[in-house]
Amino acid sequence: MTKRILIDNISSKWMLVCLSFFLLLPLAIGTGLVLKSSDLFTSHHSLSTLIFSADWSPSEDKFGFWPFILSSLWVTVIALIISMPLCLLAAIYLSQFAPKWLLEFMRPVIDILAGIPSVVYGVWGVLVIVPLVGDVIAPFFNNESLGYSILAGALVLAVMSIPYILNMLLEVFRQVPVELGEASLSLGATKWETIKHVFIRKGATGILSAYGLGFSKALGETIAVMMVIGNVVQEPASVFDAGYPLPALIANNYGEMMSIPSYDSALMFGSLLLFVIILAINIVFRYLIYKSEEK
Amino acid sequence: MTLRRKWEEKFFRVLTALVALLVVFVLAHILFTIVSKGASSLSWEILSQEPKGGFYMGGGGGILNAIAGSFYLAIGASILAFVVSLPVALFINIYLIRYHRLLIGVRFFLDVLWGIPSIVYGAFAFTIMIFFGLRNSLGAGIVTVGALIAPIMIRAMDEVLKTIPIGLQEASYSLGSTKTETAYKIFFKQALPGFATAVLLAFGRGIGDAASVLFTAGYTDHVPRNLSDPTATLPLSIFFQLGSPIEEVQNRAYAAAIVLTFIVLCISITARVLYRKK
Repeated sequence: MTKRILIDNISSKWMLVCLSFFLLLPLAIGTGLVLKSSDLFTSHHSLSTLIFSADWSPSEDKFGFWPFILSSLWVTVIALIISMPLCLLAAIYLSQFAPKWLLEFMRPVIDILAGIPSVVYGVWGVLVIVPLVGDVIAPFFNNESLGYSILAGALVLAVMSIPYILNMLLEVFRQVPVELGEASLSLGATKWETIKHVFIRKGATGILSAYGLGFSKALGETIAVMMVIGNVVQEPASVFDAGYPLPALIANNYGEMMSIPSYDSALMFGSLLLFVIILAINIVFRYLIYKSEEK
Repeated sequence: MTLRRKWEEKFFRVLTALVALLVVFVLAHILFTIVSKGASSLSWEILSQEPKGGFYMGGGGGILNAIAGSFYLAIGASILAFVVSLPVALFINIYLIRYHRLLIGVRFFLDVLWGIPSIVYGAFAFTIMIFFGLRNSLGAGIVTVGALIAPIMIRAMDEVLKTIPIGLQEASYSLGSTKTETAYKIFFKQALPGFATAVLLAFGRGIGDAASVLFTAGYTDHVPRNLSDPTATLPLSIFFQLGSPIEEVQNRAYAAAIVLTFIVLCISITARVLYRKK
């Protein structure tokens, strides 16, 4: 009998240890990155020059992250602008107009597509999107472009974020009570009017959260974007210019960062920026989701 | 007025359908492109050999190093993640079940953890490795990917355990079981098929991730022999080969992309089938 209780004690302690590990993980990541990047601040770099200066030359001890931050924002915002309406319309069709079997068929398909590794999306981007941008879209707007550009990155990112956002939107529409829609229909509204005035309004918080989480997911995406965006350090002036987002910067330079002083600290500062921004976005929108589910 | 409403209805019905079709088309196009581009280079030689001399200049050999490395890495990471995820998922559903606020808080937290990008995990693991003076290795990759996929696994297990009625727990206690016995003998058995799905989903995520292994697992032309060897992985193998200007090497990248896509598709389809049967 005592043996059973002993086992129970040990096992519950072990469970608690495992849980605490995960609860402390983000804290550990944050602390680790702050400690590592703090070398930068002691050697005459201020936070504002690090973020807003465009002067990037590691060998001369100049670390201005602005070109990278700007590229990241450009790519992510354009990708979201493309994918937001597409996801919303597709979600409306699948959850409201389409026959039930089609929705049941599409759910696993979307899940499976969400699981395709990002490097595969990257290969597709190199094969399809880069030539499309270079040979068709850029000449159409009277622009010269090699194809490896912000726009190519944004298009690949938009496609990648579709399964992720679409899944969340389907869940949002599923949670709107059927009676609300029926009440609207019985008052003489058409199906579309019901969707417009009832479903979208009722699910507004959920839709916003899905977009927010999609944004944070896209912001942290590394390898697929890195393969099509060109990776040139500059402040992009148009969508046809090459860019160099933060995750790509970190991924591309880890090999040589030990050979230049404070380069590693700078890259860890880049990771810290990414971590803090994404964590904040996640906390805000997950909180919104939980609030709307509680009601 | 009524005419306008009717047309609006028609217009949006068609528009949404077209967009849904477009989404399906784009995603099908991705699979089609990968398969049609890589199929011609796919051969038994590529699957079964390590890279030979001058491989990245168009020499002979295959990507066995990456295939084996990816499997070692993903299997190791899944086992590691399972060992720590199981207690957490059980703890949430057995010990915290009466504390509603805390329960919501922990789930919220795990969801947030899920959102942290893999490149951050990779960078963090790299700083720790440097701090302790460790080199790129299979072991470091396993730990990093394990930490990356554990939140996914915990939440997936949690979703399964959530559905087990509380009456079952109470019945088990009333027969004199301890909480541990209830957890591992009742809950674990009850949720086993769902757990298989959770592990497979996490495995699929682990095998396809590139950004976290870039720093930690390194890259090599050989199949790793033990945990301290560096290891190649499929995503990185694709990435490096595609960066080559030589066409033959690029074609092998497409073939490797087929292999990776095939593995991931198999895993996610198996996961769905298992979940359906439950």
